[in-house]
Amino acid sequence: MIMNQSGSDSYGLMAEFETPEELLEAARHTYSEGYRTIDAYSPLPIHGLAAAIGFPRTNLPILTFICGAVGAISGYALQYWVHVIDFPLNIGGRPLHSGPMFIPVAFEVTILFAALGTFLALWIGNGLPMPYHPVFNVEGFERASQDRFFLCIESRDALFDADRTSSFLRGFNPVEVSTVDW
Amino acid sequence: MSQPVRSTRQQYTSPPQELGAGQTSHTTITEKISSVVLTPHTPIQWFIVVSVGLMGLGLLQVAIGYLLFQGVGIWGLNVPIGWGFAIVHFVWWIGIGHAGTLISAILLLFRQKWRTSINRSAEAMTIFAVLCAGMFPILHTGRPWLAIYWLFPYPNSMDVWPQFRSPLIWDVFAVSTYLTVSLIFWFTGMVPDLASFRDRAKNPIARAVYGMLAMGWRGSAIHWERYEMASLMLAGLATPLVLSVHSVISFDFAISIVPGWHTTIFPPYFVAGAIYAGFAMVLILMIPLRSLYGLQDFITVRHLENMGKVMLTAGLIVGYGYFMEQLIAWYSASLYESFLMQNRMFGPYGGFYWALLICNIIIPQALWSKKVRQNTTWLFLISVVISVGMWLERFIIVITSLHRDFMPSSWDMFYPTFWDWALYLGTIGFFLVAFFLFLRAMPLIAMHEIRTLLPFGKKVK
Repeated sequence: MIMNQSGSDSYGLMAEFETPEELLEAARHTYSEGYRTIDAYSPLPIHGLAAAIGFPRTNLPILTFICGAVGAISGYALQYWVHVIDFPLNIGGRPLHSGPMFIPVAFEVTILFAALGTFLALWIGNGLPMPYHPVFNVEGFERASQDRFFLCIESRDALFDADRTSSFLRGFNPVEVSTVDW
Repeated sequence: MSQPVRSTRQQYTSPPQELGAGQTSHTTITEKISSVVLTPHTPIQWFIVVSVGLMGLGLLQVAIGYLLFQGVGIWGLNVPIGWGFAIVHFVWWIGIGHAGTLISAILLLFRQKWRTSINRSAEAMTIFAVLCAGMFPILHTGRPWLAIYWLFPYPNSMDVWPQFRSPLIWDVFAVSTYLTVSLIFWFTGMVPDLASFRDRAKNPIARAVYGMLAMGWRGSAIHWERYEMASLMLAGLATPLVLSVHSVISFDFAISIVPGWHTTIFPPYFVAGAIYAGFAMVLILMIPLRSLYGLQDFITVRHLENMGKVMLTAGLIVGYGYFMEQLIAWYSASLYESFLMQNRMFGPYGGFYWALLICNIIIPQALWSKKVRQNTTWLFLISVVISVGMWLERFIIVITSLHRDFMPSSWDMFYPTFWDWALYLGTIGFFLVAFFLFLRAMPLIAMHEIRTLLPFGKKVK
């Protein structure tokens, strides 16, 4: 069991909302109140929600570009190495380094590397697969993937205090505020 | 403590224009789409289609087994016509596959919201069509296990490498990359919906299986942020990829010096043909599907009409391609080119060419009429006609260009054998079984994307 500085033995407190609008508003107020280790859960992507809880814009596109560039270079280098260095073969007097003919494969390898890199970065960055997570202990959390919207203030937060945080969350008039057990 | 001001809950009664009248809340969307899969009840029509598919699948196994035992001599191949049905069907299937990527990637970049109802099942169609397509060139090598060293660059015991100047190797890279990227795009798109299934499933085994596939997705805002960006990146990568794949396939023909193949119009003309055939197949699948599962609220007449418009546009580009082939055959003043065109129109396969023009150019003009585009029966029939037309197109490109080459002494005709047909019908069986298993077990409509169609932040009653 992980204890935090405020002595709480729960993962945090979870508030349940009926609409994305309420969740977004609650998230904004929670952040401006000074809470920092918070997360919101929703069945659909909500524009601006990640920013509202203080998550910076993801730099995934840079990684996609780097993977693509590595793919382009390695795809071309493979063909150059095969046809010019390792096994030069004169076929009908064509140049060993046939640049234009190397482009299609180099292009496909570019896409392949960029896509695989993006895919892996997405799931590694999100920390999935994750077989167990305490938020699933909250009653009714199965609706987070269907039609309900949740805001969780985690007990690791410096401002977290079981009573004060709970009444703060109740101030948003949610459907329910519940403790997230480990 | 600052108290937030509660917003007034606005009433919203009519559904968004992308959806039908019955779908006005996140709850109804989730319930309707999950109810197709998370139920012990399977429609009788499903069993009928899968039974037919299984017969095809059995035929496929026999056709492949006998082929591997005997060799490609069991097909109707001969000396001028070395490519035959295998390549006709390779191009036909892969063209069908392209519509899925077009819908999921290109329409995403163009912010066409209506795509959300059809992208998931179109992507599934892509994957199964590419798998069918891939079988043909692999089996065409005769003994695939001896072909790996000249198809893939790996350090083998003979110390030789594939010939990267050959378009056939470009094919290997293009098609395998296409399959890989389509698969990860499809799977990534399904994860939040698999999480919905995990949370709704009553059956413990189903819950465990969907749980594993959903990988613990919990809809965190931070996850969604990365997820949305990754989807955009994958769409941006899939778009040039899908254009490149059919361009590379057209290079198989265009790089050669065979009259009828050696033309620069091929890459755009092949891509347009792929979109044409692909949308026809999407309509062939969706029209029965929406009435079978009662999905008229999601796949509305507007969706069908839009697909009809895309088909009409692609068909006109294909028609332009046919016209350019004729024009260049005349304008090039090449004896062989003009002979090819005469032979194509009036030679032994002439009937095929005129049937092609009727199927792909004349009949689809009916799509100009709004009444036809909104009539499911007509749309379905036109789609079937286009699928036949696109099959004829590939047959004409492959067979008529080869069967009378430069030397009359080597001319011959192509007669497909039982095994040619068995392999083709077998892949259709494989496709039906795979697609219907997908429908029965997986979220066939992207629920999390449909949810975003509802007006944001408004209470829906």
